[in-house]
Amino acid sequence: MTDTVAQGSAVAKAAPDTMAWDSGLRRLMMIYLPLGCFVLILLFPFYWMAITSFKPNAELMNYKDHNPFWISSPTLAHIKHLLFDTAYPRWLKTTMLVAIGSTTLSLIASTLAAYAIERLRFRGSPYVGLGIYLAYLVPPSILFIPLATVVVQFGLFDSPLALILVYPTFLVPFCTWLLIGYFKSIPYELEECALVDGATRLQILRRITLPLAVPGLISAGIFSFTLSWNEFIYALAFIQSGANKTVPVAILTELVTGDVYQWGALMAGSLLGSLPVAIFYSLFVDYYVSSLTGAVKE
Amino acid sequence: MSVTTFSSPALAQRQPNWLVRLFDYKPFLIVMCLAPALGLLAVFLTYPLGLGVWLAFTDTTIGRRGIFVGLENFQYLLTDPLWWNAVFYSVFYTAVATFGKFALGFWLALLLNNHFPFKSVLRAIVLLPWIVPTVLSALAFWWIYDPQFSIISYLLVDVLHWRSSNIDFLGSPWPARFSLIAANIWRGIPFVAISLLAGLQTISPSLYEAAMLDGASAWQRFRYITFPMMMPILAIVMTFSIIFTFTDFQLVYAITRGGPVNSTHLLATLAFQRGIAGGELGEGAAIAVSMIPFLVFATLFSYFGLARRKWQQGEAND
Repeated sequence: MTDTVAQGSAVAKAAPDTMAWDSGLRRLMMIYLPLGCFVLILLFPFYWMAITSFKPNAELMNYKDHNPFWISSPTLAHIKHLLFDTAYPRWLKTTMLVAIGSTTLSLIASTLAAYAIERLRFRGSPYVGLGIYLAYLVPPSILFIPLATVVVQFGLFDSPLALILVYPTFLVPFCTWLLIGYFKSIPYELEECALVDGATRLQILRRITLPLAVPGLISAGIFSFTLSWNEFIYALAFIQSGANKTVPVAILTELVTGDVYQWGALMAGSLLGSLPVAIFYSLFVDYYVSSLTGAVKE
Repeated sequence: MSVTTFSSPALAQRQPNWLVRLFDYKPFLIVMCLAPALGLLAVFLTYPLGLGVWLAFTDTTIGRRGIFVGLENFQYLLTDPLWWNAVFYSVFYTAVATFGKFALGFWLALLLNNHFPFKSVLRAIVLLPWIVPTVLSALAFWWIYDPQFSIISYLLVDVLHWRSSNIDFLGSPWPARFSLIAANIWRGIPFVAISLLAGLQTISPSLYEAAMLDGASAWQRFRYITFPMMMPILAIVMTFSIIFTFTDFQLVYAITRGGPVNSTHLLATLAFQRGIAGGELGEGAAIAVSMIPFLVFATLFSYFGLARRKWQQGEAND
């Protein structure tokens, strides 16, 4: 009796085994192989960027004697050149300043706006929300020419302050929409309780709504930081002098000189310029994903 | 004891001064809350948008106030082969790149929707091209597309022996156009994939179970469940993607600057070349304004996508 049961279970076990192997191969072909190709292609430019920045020039220009996919004798010469012979540290500092400044400004403005739209609920608040959403759809490419004249009018041309003030045009709509979504998820009853207890609106915002919306604030903050770190066209159009440029613009306009491109230095600059956002990103991956998908779903 | 110590500051707050009362007056508070955001947007977005349209009808140059010239700029553009070239390439670039991004991005989203180990790590890696500054990854592509030391040429010529000569990626018009599109697709896949993955995860598994009980094949499940359920989010993501691909600037400016012989100019790079680099603000603004009809079209597309979503989810959805 027990034997047959054992046998039966053994048979039953064997059948799924072959099927599992079959579907395992299938999974390999249908899922892991394409996935592997995707990851390989998506990551290759970064690998190439990294490996180029540590290669000596001799290896960089000679594929016959050196395997281009590896470094025989790694060097820090390109990074040293970048840090000590160019204004790179200065560019990094400017970029950091602009990113932090515009992020702070946009966070304050959009927290207040989102609170007013979602919680104070006045007549026409959906339309204000829609207006801000539409502002997000206005791309920088059609604004930069008139904005350049506005910036000149304000006497801010060639000043990082111009970028701090202009970046909120694409950060505020994004952050406001993200935060409206977050505020929506906070139970209204909490605020009603506080109102009954005699708290003022600003107290409610500071003591109840904001602490509960911290994940949303972090999402909006890191996202804004990344977006302003990566911004290019405004920084290209509004900043003239080499010292005030942001990293993406400076690498393209200051390091690309002459006919022979210094690929080592260019790639080292790109690598260093990408690292801050990449590190930031690795620390807050989940916030990035939630804000990306949250903003799309709203 | 603790109650009394707690309530005394609260009591003090019950008799607020006029400032606190003013800030508790709802209309005032609403205005104060909206002022920073709307102020910034009005000064640096709405006003420049209007100013841009006005500039397009003037002959302003850098350093000289222009006068109203009517439709002259647009008439000139209509006879300008470079503008037509830019319109053609903008549309072509957007169409091919969007198709590529969505085909590959949807595929990647479907792959990521399976269960396998290290899924969250993989999802994090996949988003990387989208996080890193576009110009910096564009530089990496520029280096990858180098005429002499391109790693792709090396692979094809010296490793695989499929070709006998290096590919001249950026030296002639059509290869340059497709090289830029490839870079754009590379950059766009993560955004599409992660957004669509979020959409896929909201589809209830019970729908698939029901379909499987009814004997639906994998393709039928995709065609009649996944695809229709993804339609609303596809429409939104696609609108964003179309708008930002059509007005793309960074990739082209970093890799080819519109060359060779102006064959890869997008409207945005042409506007920059004429407006900022060339100083003809009026003409540059006219080129920028000529993008607006396309963008309005894309926005309407988004609006109907959203409307459809509301309709699908019923009235109660707010």
